[in-house]
Amino acid sequence: MTPATLPLNQPGGPRQQRKHTPKANMADLYQRAFADAFRKLSPRVMIKNPVMFVVWVSTLITALLTVNPNLFGLDTDGGAALYNGLITLILLFTLLFANFAEAVAEGRGKAQADALRSTKSDTVARRLQSDGSTEEVSSTSLRRGDRIKVIAGDMIPADGEVVDGVASVDESAITGESAPVLKEPGSDVASSVTGGTRIISDELILQVTSDPGKGFIDRMIALVEGAERSKTPNEIALTVLLAVLTLVFLIVVATLPPPANYVNSPVDITLLIALLVALIPTTIGGLLSAIGIAGMDRVAQFNVVATSGRAVEACGDINTLVLDKTGTITLGNRLAEEFIPVNGYSQTDVATAALAASVFDTTPEGKSIVRLAEKLGATVSFNKDKAEGVEFSARTRMSGTDLPDGGEIRKGAVDAIRGFVRSRGGQAPAELDQAFERVSRLGGTPLAVCQNSDIYGVIYLKDIIKPGIRERFDQLRRMGVRTVMLTGDNRITASVIAEEAGVDDFVAEATPEDKIQVIQAEQAQGKLVAMTGDGTNDAPALAQANVGVAMNSGTQAAKEAANMVDLDSDPTKLIDLVTIGKQLLITRGALTTFSLANDVAKYFAIIPAMFAATGIGALNVMGLSSPRTAVLSALIYNALIIPALIPLALKGIEFRPLTANQLLQRNILIYGLGGIIAPFIAIKVIDVGVSAVTNF
Amino acid sequence: MLQGFLQIALMLAILVTIAPLLGRYMAQVFLGEKTWLDRVASPVERVVFAGSGVLDGRPMTGGQYIRAVLVSNLVMIVLVYAIFMLQGVLPLNPTGLKAPSWHLGLHTAISFVTNTDQQHYSGETTYSYFSQVGALGFLMFTSAATGIAVAIAFIRGLTGRPLGNFYTDLIVSLTRILLPISIVGAIALLIAGVPETFAAPAQTTTLEGATQFIARGPVAHFEVIKQLGENGGGFFGINSAHPFENPNNFSNLLETLLMLVIPAGLIFTYSIIAGNSKQGWLLFWMVFIVFAVFTVITAVGEYQGNPLVNQVLGNPQPNLEGKETRFGPFLTSLWAVATTGTMCGAVNGMHDSLMPTGGFMTLSNLFLQIVWGGQGTGTAYLFVYLILTVFLTGLMVGRTPEFLSRKIEKREIVLASAILLVHPIAILIPAAITLTFPETLAGISNPGFHGISQVVYEYASAAANNGSGFEGLGDATLWWNLSTSFSLLVGRYAPIVALIFLAAGMARKQTVPETVGTLRTDTTLFTGVTAGAILILGALTFLPVLALGPVAEAFNLG
Repeated sequence: MTPATLPLNQPGGPRQQRKHTPKANMADLYQRAFADAFRKLSPRVMIKNPVMFVVWVSTLITALLTVNPNLFGLDTDGGAALYNGLITLILLFTLLFANFAEAVAEGRGKAQADALRSTKSDTVARRLQSDGSTEEVSSTSLRRGDRIKVIAGDMIPADGEVVDGVASVDESAITGESAPVLKEPGSDVASSVTGGTRIISDELILQVTSDPGKGFIDRMIALVEGAERSKTPNEIALTVLLAVLTLVFLIVVATLPPPANYVNSPVDITLLIALLVALIPTTIGGLLSAIGIAGMDRVAQFNVVATSGRAVEACGDINTLVLDKTGTITLGNRLAEEFIPVNGYSQTDVATAALAASVFDTTPEGKSIVRLAEKLGATVSFNKDKAEGVEFSARTRMSGTDLPDGGEIRKGAVDAIRGFVRSRGGQAPAELDQAFERVSRLGGTPLAVCQNSDIYGVIYLKDIIKPGIRERFDQLRRMGVRTVMLTGDNRITASVIAEEAGVDDFVAEATPEDKIQVIQAEQAQGKLVAMTGDGTNDAPALAQANVGVAMNSGTQAAKEAANMVDLDSDPTKLIDLVTIGKQLLITRGALTTFSLANDVAKYFAIIPAMFAATGIGALNVMGLSSPRTAVLSALIYNALIIPALIPLALKGIEFRPLTANQLLQRNILIYGLGGIIAPFIAIKVIDVGVSAVTNF
Repeated sequence: MLQGFLQIALMLAILVTIAPLLGRYMAQVFLGEKTWLDRVASPVERVVFAGSGVLDGRPMTGGQYIRAVLVSNLVMIVLVYAIFMLQGVLPLNPTGLKAPSWHLGLHTAISFVTNTDQQHYSGETTYSYFSQVGALGFLMFTSAATGIAVAIAFIRGLTGRPLGNFYTDLIVSLTRILLPISIVGAIALLIAGVPETFAAPAQTTTLEGATQFIARGPVAHFEVIKQLGENGGGFFGINSAHPFENPNNFSNLLETLLMLVIPAGLIFTYSIIAGNSKQGWLLFWMVFIVFAVFTVITAVGEYQGNPLVNQVLGNPQPNLEGKETRFGPFLTSLWAVATTGTMCGAVNGMHDSLMPTGGFMTLSNLFLQIVWGGQGTGTAYLFVYLILTVFLTGLMVGRTPEFLSRKIEKREIVLASAILLVHPIAILIPAAITLTFPETLAGISNPGFHGISQVVYEYASAAANNGSGFEGLGDATLWWNLSTSFSLLVGRYAPIVALIFLAAGMARKQTVPETVGTLRTDTTLFTGVTAGAILILGALTFLPVLALGPVAEAFNLG
């Protein structure tokens, strides 16, 4: 395995090949949800949902009235027991449907959790003693800071950082990605391993980074299972509104008997209960928690682990996306495209110097330079074993080779090389600036090459913008999300790439500290900022951002600081997360609106039936056949609409990248106006059916 | 019929012209900008401010503001109650009236402090000139000014400003808005023929030779603040139907406009302070359309008359029962919708005699409270509905809802929806109790569906701080005085507390920049959705009781 064959973060690449985290078989899931629907009838569970709890109490009362219709001292005419029994049954189904919705949503998460848990069994770990020997201990006794040794075939017993060794690891258990991943110490991205994955070649020395039960997989299990699910801020606000509306309707219904009695049109308890249940927002009340759980589940299906529902919801509110250029906007690897000679050197001279500067460079860029130079016929003219590689550092911004004869060959950022040459008593020619500008204007990265005080030329590293990225940024812009690109490139290159990719703003020559500054500046204006990152130096910025998404390939520090981890390490996935966050809110808002709009039709069904004796029959605009069938039809509609909307609640309402006003127009037409009209039709249809099979 | 609609149209056209002007003026006053009244008002204010210890003018926190409102109002209740109880020994009592019963006095004091002016008495035979002018007249100004101050604090908070100082706003509302308009208005009413005198009732001999006492008094100045301040408590028992309160069509025009102008103008005041005149106009037209539709429905109902009566007469006649012939069905309908919509509560005809359609519309006005709405509070309720609509529709566009660049979160929803609870608690619950014991408690004069309307109207009028009565109700009883006092207090102060906390919270919030993903609230679409939400929420809460009252009554007439 070489780093070059690691899964690339290409759109359309891993996402399509990706093997999803195993799903439980659907029949099994529904069976379990069915049983759960009954289990959730326990009052201790019901009381958590004020709307459905009112239905629960109502069901008890109508059940009592079925056994004894005269329980509350009201005279009832014939058939009351049967009628009350039917109403009890409908209310019971209303409860079961709502519970079922929640159970199905939870079941999906549980299935995922079970699959994850199977990867996590007690294993034997080899703990390194201070004298270098190993002792065999249970994985549960490992503590943060312990050093362990894993060899090919082992299950890695805990999250850790690679301290020594190079090995390939199969991470398919958590990422679904079947290609093994190379792990080695030192590098930011490849040095962290996750407990529960399997080492398939060689051996590694690891430093354990998490205590037992607090590892990555443990957190993931807790989250997808919904064990730690706490309500999100918007969900809480909505619950408050629904509870107040329920209370309003409770007062409305409870205060109805005195005026009705006053005009000699008494209403019996069953009717009052029917009116109450029809009015309170049972549709949204029954589906609210399912919507939230399903939202988390959708995130998980995208192979992203969120630490809280709050973070998912916040995605929908994001104003600004801060993105690294490399790997997100452009393909991870820049490739050498051309050598531009200066100072009268030939192309071959530059190629030879570039090759010499890159023989110890293992980065994809370095390798591409070697390939291009060899293609142009350059060869290594010195003894490689006696030469010494000079690694790239962020401070010097160059790398190169110290030759056996004492010559220093360097390649790096143009101004860094200029400084190097000057320090060796040389001068940079004017041609250098022209070459620099030409490459920058093409959106490429210019690297200068020199030997001692002599500049040979410029290497043109070509940046390839990911296909389709521009369209995604356009989508984001239409949603009102601004994109800011961060890059270490010079201003000209950065502006060209920014222009081509269609980002709104960019920060050139950015250091890791700039990232946090950009985020803070945006937040100071009240904006919510999302960013992706993988390196340890990204950790503060990830923590500062409102939504920080760490790549799974990233370091432990980055993952700890982020509130989401992308298992596919695909930075463009933030765009999907924004959509999921918005879907979550839209689904809640639309179903609440629908639920309330439905009340209009239910009123027109129940009120004329309730006060038939007062001569307001003309309000029966649906022409329902009798007061009793009218009430039954309204309640049956009320019950059936819940399962009818379960698929929508679980899938989420489709989000289209439109402006807020266009979205409002669309959704208010469908769920507002539709919510007023649909039940009129549905209740009428149900009434025709009910009056055909009963003699009420 | 055409002439009637022309009269209504003329009145509305004048309103559309002057409301924006007054709104702008009020915005200037509360933004502390220079106005043409500075030269007169400033010296007066300096005297008032210097003579008072509480007026440091420092902006108050939400809690301080609420405390200031409650404490000042409580002091006023106590003071006025003392005047009532001692009126027998106080001056300006030419007819030698004694103290009213303790509960009537209490109800009257609460009713006037809360800007409701619900009257379970006839002014001319219950309260002395001193009580009417010194106590009630005083409260008519301060209760109106309290409403304006709360509205301004609310608007300031929503737009991210400090709430301001209650006492300063109260005084400024008096010196720069209520008093100047009242002085001009009172002179106009004097010219129209409204009396202003401390003389005892006139004594005349009728054609039959009997001696008759004709009640009169300092009416003109009382009348103008009664209308302008949405108070509505008449000097005389029959209110603006009395020829000394409202003698002719000119005074009727003036008094109708006076009711509408401040609540309508405050919408523009908001839009200027918020810097969004488009939203101001949209909200204005939204309320205007609801108002116009309600007026037309009421007017048509009255014009068509009572089908039962028309059957007897053989030809259709307008419903003139309980109306002054000098106003006729159209101007009475306009007044009825205006007075219930603005929470003024003055009447120029008997609401008890309105056709069921009129009963339905006037009751709806009381339930909704935003068809212009009460002095200040109506405008604030409008924004509470806007906030609730923003919350639902904001979710539907996939973002945490924002209003005026501030996020609507749990706290806002708790406070806004608490206001939704006020009416069911203050209207439906006491009405249900009263109707449970119709013989002992209700005192209904007109049994059946109309009786339900009478009872519900009385509580709705109290809770909405309107003060008009469906009348025909024997309401000067201990039960009525105390139970409506409960509705008055809950209907007034619970929303004020919620509104101020809401505004204070909003003012503290970090603003969110506007993007294309932000739901704009100043669009026709959003305003339309808000109107729909208001009507549906109102209908859902009150449809059952409306069905048993005016709706059933209407079906049983036809």
